[in-house]
Amino acid sequence: MNWRNIFTVYLKELRDTVRDRRTLLSTLVLPTVLMPCLVFSAGTVASRIIHKASAEIPTVALIGAKASPAVRTALEANPRLRLVAATDDWRTRIADKKLRAAVEIPDDFDAALERGTPALVKFYNYESELRSGLAVSELRRFFTDYRDKLVAARLRERGLSPAFVRPFELRSQNVAPPEKVGGNSIGGLIPYLFIIFCFVGAIYPAIDLTAGEKERGTLETILCSPVGRTDLVLGKFLMVLTASLATVLCSLASMGISLLLGGSLLLKNGAAVAGAMAGAMPTLDPLGVLAVVAMVLPFAMLFSALLMTIALFAKSIKEAQTYVTPLVVLVILPAMMALLPGVELNTKLALVPILNLSLVSKELVSGVWHWPHLALIFGSSCLYAAAALALCVRMFNREDVLFRA
Amino acid sequence: MIAVRGLTKIFRDKKRGEIRAVDDVSFTCPAGRIYGLLGANGAGKTTTLRLLATLLQPTAGEASVADCDVRTQPEQVRSRIGFLATSTALYGRLTARETIAYFGRLNGLSDERIAARTRELADELDMHEFLDRRVEKFSTGMKQKTSIARTLVHDPAVLVFDEPTLGLDVMAARAIVRFVRDCRDRGKTVLYSTHVMSEVEKLCDTIGIIHCGRLVAEGTQAELAARFGDTDMEEIFVRAVGATEANA
Ligand SMILES: Nc1ncnc2c1ncn2[C@@H]1O[C@H](COP(=O)(O)OP(=O)(O)O)[C@@H](O)[C@H]1O
Ligand SMILES: [Mg+2]
Repeated sequence: MNWRNIFTVYLKELRDTVRDRRTLLSTLVLPTVLMPCLVFSAGTVASRIIHKASAEIPTVALIGAKASPAVRTALEANPRLRLVAATDDWRTRIADKKLRAAVEIPDDFDAALERGTPALVKFYNYESELRSGLAVSELRRFFTDYRDKLVAARLRERGLSPAFVRPFELRSQNVAPPEKVGGNSIGGLIPYLFIIFCFVGAIYPAIDLTAGEKERGTLETILCSPVGRTDLVLGKFLMVLTASLATVLCSLASMGISLLLGGSLLLKNGAAVAGAMAGAMPTLDPLGVLAVVAMVLPFAMLFSALLMTIALFAKSIKEAQTYVTPLVVLVILPAMMALLPGVELNTKLALVPILNLSLVSKELVSGVWHWPHLALIFGSSCLYAAAALALCVRMFNREDVLFRA
Repeated sequence: MIAVRGLTKIFRDKKRGEIRAVDDVSFTCPAGRIYGLLGANGAGKTTTLRLLATLLQPTAGEASVADCDVRTQPEQVRSRIGFLATSTALYGRLTARETIAYFGRLNGLSDERIAARTRELADELDMHEFLDRRVEKFSTGMKQKTSIARTLVHDPAVLVFDEPTLGLDVMAARAIVRFVRDCRDRGKTVLYSTHVMSEVEKLCDTIGIIHCGRLVAEGTQAELAARFGDTDMEEIFVRAVGATEANA
């Protein structure tokens, strides 16, 4: 190995790449522009929906309650619901989202309460529809309140304390740090984006520096110079790695800036929305995010070496693209698996490339540092990367690959 | 000097099976001489030259370039060879000066030496005007000059040309021929492959006729003329090739 030659090749490839507008676009501009788009669109869409839904007064159809003016009046007096009389097609009107929900009250509801016989109030909603759900929560809140008042009155009549029917209270409280909550929602998404950017950033230069050289006829020129094939591969590999890492860093910087801007934008939208968004907008452990970037390093090496190995087979850029494009799925799939609930990191999964990174990243951004797993993942990925690089060097020494007829 | 003995290259192709692209070829080319390799398309010229430039590994036989063995000292061979072919293109996004510097550095030249060589070559080839422009915008002639400068930057003792005039207009082709002659006059060993008869006649001291991977005839033009009973190169070629076809 001749470091001077490796460095010479690297510098030349760097200069060559920087002068190539297409590579610059795919490695630097794209992730920088894409990240804020992702963050902002996700953020604003979520805040808009929640804002609009919580600002809306839901329309609810009332069924029955013909001889029960008391509950009717109380319900009509609730400013957080708009009550309408039910028509025959109320079910389809809920499905068509013209009605948010319907409430069915027995005609003799007032009398039944008077007599002390049990009565049943039914809610009809459109499952999994946010605004329908909000309408039902409001109905539920109203009737729970109505019932509690009735119970209180009955207890008073009989001279009993409220503790008679409610001997103890229940309350649950979240003790997970806010990062941990975030780690499970957006946290899973961040490493996923890094992995994809790390891969995408390597694609174009990996093809350009191998199949591209074949296509342009410069491969033979460089091969007949005294530089050794191993040195040539390593110089090129360093360039592809640089592009891959530059893409990750660009997306990281761009994400940081857009999250900061996004955060202040949300605060301006009012405290109510900020409260509603608190669950969706996580606080990430910044040190954890940096650790994720460090863990991405061996993967950038693995991707760079693999992509170069595969692209070298091709005779033209186009051919190389047809080989590489399906690989994107191979990268996205394990990263997606990590987003599934219940998939937790263990020693076996720590050896599965990409999946292991996604899983450990989910922990890292939540502020959880499990050192044995971290070491295992970093070590195994370094090994995979070394194997891929060795394969790449071997490929460059195969004349049937370099001079395919 | 180039010495080739029993050089053989077999390609294994899925569709065509075994291809004996170069079959037991032997020749020597001393310093200060031009050895012409004359053959039709697919005769095995490029493969022979690639074996000498250590781009390919020989299946059998041996070859040495400037006393370095192509099998055991490939990097030394490449540092003593200047290889110019139709298939050795230039990096479009580099300037001519950067191209010369890149190949100079890979040949182990110091920065001062590279600067000096660039000046010399630019003077010689009249390149000053476009030295700092990017190759992608060059005309064919400018590219050709840059390629020559790239080939010569380390002042190699052996020069190998693979159909260097292919696709060039008359003037550019003449410039190449003049340049090749120049190399010989400076005492270089020159190996020149072509399928153009007139170039061989004009240039080469010794001519080897290659057909289907085999060297079928070899000698100076006068020797070949005597052997095949004709002075016209085309006639000589057809007879040399025809003789092997008849034998086969
Ligand atoms: N990499 C390769 N794989 C398989 N066959 C090849 C390869 N390179 C050349 N050949 C075959 O070897 C023979 C000689 O080719 P070549 O040396 O390019 O001839 P020339 O340069 O004289 O036109 C041809 O039949 C060609 O198809
Ligand atoms: Mg050829």
